[in-house]
Amino acid sequence: MNTTVAAAVSEPVSRAAPSRWRPSLSRSRKWALWGAYAGLILFAVFFLIPPYYMLVTSLKTSQQIAAIEGNPWALPWPPTVSNWLALFTDTQFPIFFRNSVIATICTVAISMAISILAAFSLSRMRFWGSATLATGVFLCYLIPETLLFIPLFQVVGFLGLMDSMWVMVLVFPTLSVPFCTWIMIGYFQSIPKELDEAALIDGASRLQLLLKIFIPVAMPGIIAATIFAFTVSWAGFLYPLAYIFSFDQMPLTVGIASTMIKADVFQWHMIMSAALLAALPPLVVYAFLMDYYIAGLTAGATKG
Amino acid sequence: MADGTAALAQTGAARSAAGPRRGGLHRMMRRQSTTAFLLCLPLLALVLGLMIFPAFYAGWLAMLNKSMERFVGLGNFTFLFRRETFWNVVWQSCIFAITAVFFKALIGFILAHLVHVLPAKGQRKWRGMLLVPWVMPLAIGTLAWWWLLDPSYSAFNWVIRAAGGENIAWLGDTFWARFSVILVNVWYGAPFFMIMYLAALKSVPEQLYEAAAIDGANAWQKLWHITLPMMRNIISITVLFSLIVTFANFDIVRILTNGGPRDTTHIFATYSFALGIGSGDIPLGAAVSLFMFPILGVFAIFILRGVRRRADAMG
Amino acid sequence: MAEVSLRKVVKLFDGGVQAVRGIDLDIADHEFVVLVGPSGCGKSTTLRMIAGLEEVSDGEIWIGGEMVNDIPPKDRDIAMVFQNYALYPHMTVFENMAFGLKLRHFPKDEIKRRVDRAAAILSIGELLERKPKALSGGQRQRVAMGRAIVRDPKVFLFDEPLSNLDAKLRVQMRTEIKKVHQAVKTTTIYVTHDQVEAMTLADRVVVMNHGVIEQVGPPNELYHHPATIFVAGFIGSPAMNFIPARLSNGAGALRIELGQGLSLPVPADRTARYAPHRNKKLLFGIRPEHLTETTRTDKQNLAPITVELDVIEPMGMETLVHFRIEGTPVCARVDPAAGAQAGQPMTLAAHMDQMHLIDADTGKVL
Repeated sequence: MNTTVAAAVSEPVSRAAPSRWRPSLSRSRKWALWGAYAGLILFAVFFLIPPYYMLVTSLKTSQQIAAIEGNPWALPWPPTVSNWLALFTDTQFPIFFRNSVIATICTVAISMAISILAAFSLSRMRFWGSATLATGVFLCYLIPETLLFIPLFQVVGFLGLMDSMWVMVLVFPTLSVPFCTWIMIGYFQSIPKELDEAALIDGASRLQLLLKIFIPVAMPGIIAATIFAFTVSWAGFLYPLAYIFSFDQMPLTVGIASTMIKADVFQWHMIMSAALLAALPPLVVYAFLMDYYIAGLTAGATKG
Repeated sequence: MADGTAALAQTGAARSAAGPRRGGLHRMMRRQSTTAFLLCLPLLALVLGLMIFPAFYAGWLAMLNKSMERFVGLGNFTFLFRRETFWNVVWQSCIFAITAVFFKALIGFILAHLVHVLPAKGQRKWRGMLLVPWVMPLAIGTLAWWWLLDPSYSAFNWVIRAAGGENIAWLGDTFWARFSVILVNVWYGAPFFMIMYLAALKSVPEQLYEAAAIDGANAWQKLWHITLPMMRNIISITVLFSLIVTFANFDIVRILTNGGPRDTTHIFATYSFALGIGSGDIPLGAAVSLFMFPILGVFAIFILRGVRRRADAMG
Repeated sequence: MAEVSLRKVVKLFDGGVQAVRGIDLDIADHEFVVLVGPSGCGKSTTLRMIAGLEEVSDGEIWIGGEMVNDIPPKDRDIAMVFQNYALYPHMTVFENMAFGLKLRHFPKDEIKRRVDRAAAILSIGELLERKPKALSGGQRQRVAMGRAIVRDPKVFLFDEPLSNLDAKLRVQMRTEIKKVHQAVKTTTIYVTHDQVEAMTLADRVVVMNHGVIEQVGPPNELYHHPATIFVAGFIGSPAMNFIPARLSNGAGALRIELGQGLSLPVPADRTARYAPHRNKKLLFGIRPEHLTETTRTDKQNLAPITVELDVIEPMGMETLVHFRIEGTPVCARVDPAAGAQAGQPMTLAAHMDQMHLIDADTGKVL
């Protein structure tokens, strides 16, 4: 109402202004939009070069790669899928893939079990040192693997897990559990206390409270944490590189890099095919669950 | 607290005849704290056994000789101090982390704004596309970069030649090798910054911009007086966090250059790996990795402060 | 269904804060009791102790003849409605209402029968398959009540159930709650900070302040015969006026001196009661509705006072007028036709049968 009054009062003064002002406003907004698109396209190209080049290379034969004159960026003609097929018949790729899958499934299961139980306890119950532990969990998330791999080398050796794929199941949770616990604490804390009390009065035990109320209500958080644990263990590189030497125990990340590269001739078409397939599972998960993935990423800072 | 329990104990004693269930609720509460502790036990075991203990164990390891039979005190450290390579590693680690984080933060900031300008419908698509580098396993993404920067087949060199330039030895020349590892790190990490900043941008109330617009602020003034102050906390948390992760990075340098040419691209993690696992001198490797500890510790404390303050501010 | 008794109940929080300081209260079977008081008066803590959500620091709570101090909430056979409803967001309305029964292993058809009955009482039958997110505030409130009804518990506990609703809906749900109580007749303990809710709903109102009970009684008794200055000021809206006063012996009869030359006669039937308090610092308490225009003839014992009006607030059916006596703000409710004008003097009638005299030091109504 105020604005109409103001407009009515100042009409003689402002009549000229809008006609000059309004188009320029919308024009400048349009320019800003085009500028944004230009910038985004530039960066998108930069970001997508490696996956694109992986795809292009994986469709080439080794002759096509060796041909120095051709444009390496162009899609080859005719494209070949023989590299992809050869991965499964001629290389240890299936073994690497299997090892990665097993290690990841176990890591995710262990991480989620540990972090959900701990987060349930830390977000709702009190015991001596529980507040310190919650902070400690966050600090542990900041301890990088590169600080621990040497002493863990000794620990792994002591446990007799050296050169076994199960070593990944042992050490990968150290990468995922702190962060998973941290975001689960955030999600659990956002559940109103009255919900517990209502359930308590309804006759739920602590276990039923966790299983029937907390887990279903915090499902988005659980999905986010699961994706995080999955990504971290699928991408795990340093630990398996340090502790696993036998090809039949290696996960994808290490396997692709060591077997196919250590050959005298770099079989780039095979490496890129393998790399593409190795990158596929996280990309697929991401494509379907992008919002949960991003919620998990930003949870650390925004859930605090 | 003390008063409460005292009073409770007193009434408990006085009324113990009133019913055998006296104290049941209290006992339930006490049992609850035992349960709470037990639920945290797996977490404690993991953290203490595989993180805290190894961290201290590294300190012990670093004071042994190569065959780990003799205690040499600070011998490994003095040995490192006398080696030029080690000082190169310190220097390169700092350059690597600071430069990479700076560009990641800058690009992330720009991208977040660019995406934020778009109509809401298109944002999801772009955001999804721009996050791909962060989603790919880093070791895999770096393999692709390695192939892109290959000495004889580099696809970038093809472009440069087509433009009339000379081949660049991306990974063979010290400058370009350092440039390359930073480039790959920026490629990998900038999307993370974008997502964090975008979330922060979206949390700034629209009314603030409207109020500023009415007060006559232009775009730069809005950025300077509203956006940046509102995002300050998340910017500092993200930068500190990324400094830790980047400083301790391993995959990129290991795959791309493995420290070469002539150990000029080694950073703490890869150097420690080369010494400890590669040459089998576990104590020396532990000594190198321990140098990261104080630096990371300082960053971690600042992050914790930032996160706490943010939590307080959000009530 | 059952009676509830509180015996010298005390709640001490960690850090020594005494939220409840020895409460005695007996609630009869089928009774609807409202605990009312300002925030921090201990009313919610009392309710939560009855529910078993807070430990009792001292004293005893009995429900249905059983001492429940150490019985966990689920075994107390109570149901509670929370301020924010506390509906399980991942369950449908039906599942929300059935959850408590399911955990108690009721047979499926019995669950269905009970939920349907409760849904009929609350007329939410068509919402049973919806999730709480798809419900309006009033509907959520009904579901929360339904969840309590299906359990058919000994006692209903309501913790400020209407605070999150807008004013119009609040009035509507108030009636609804009363209707439900008339239908199921379960003993009900209801906590609110809103005295109107307390007055309209309760069989008996318990006014609490600073962790103690100020007064217990039926709504009308609290209105007409408050025991303390706190109850007198808390019940009724706009609140009772308190004007510093003194008793004097004017011409043989006891008079109340308000200053500014205003002096009011004490009704004859109260002379004996007030006489001993002649030298004390007193407060003259009178509700705005008992300070009216002089033209009313339906009341006995009207005493005229003339004052200069500061502000008038027309409300439609009545007009509130504000003025000062010796600097103390006073409010009166007059007929809109009485011609009140700001800045003008007006003669008002004080209904002396409805006045109270309060000891300023002890806060007791004399």
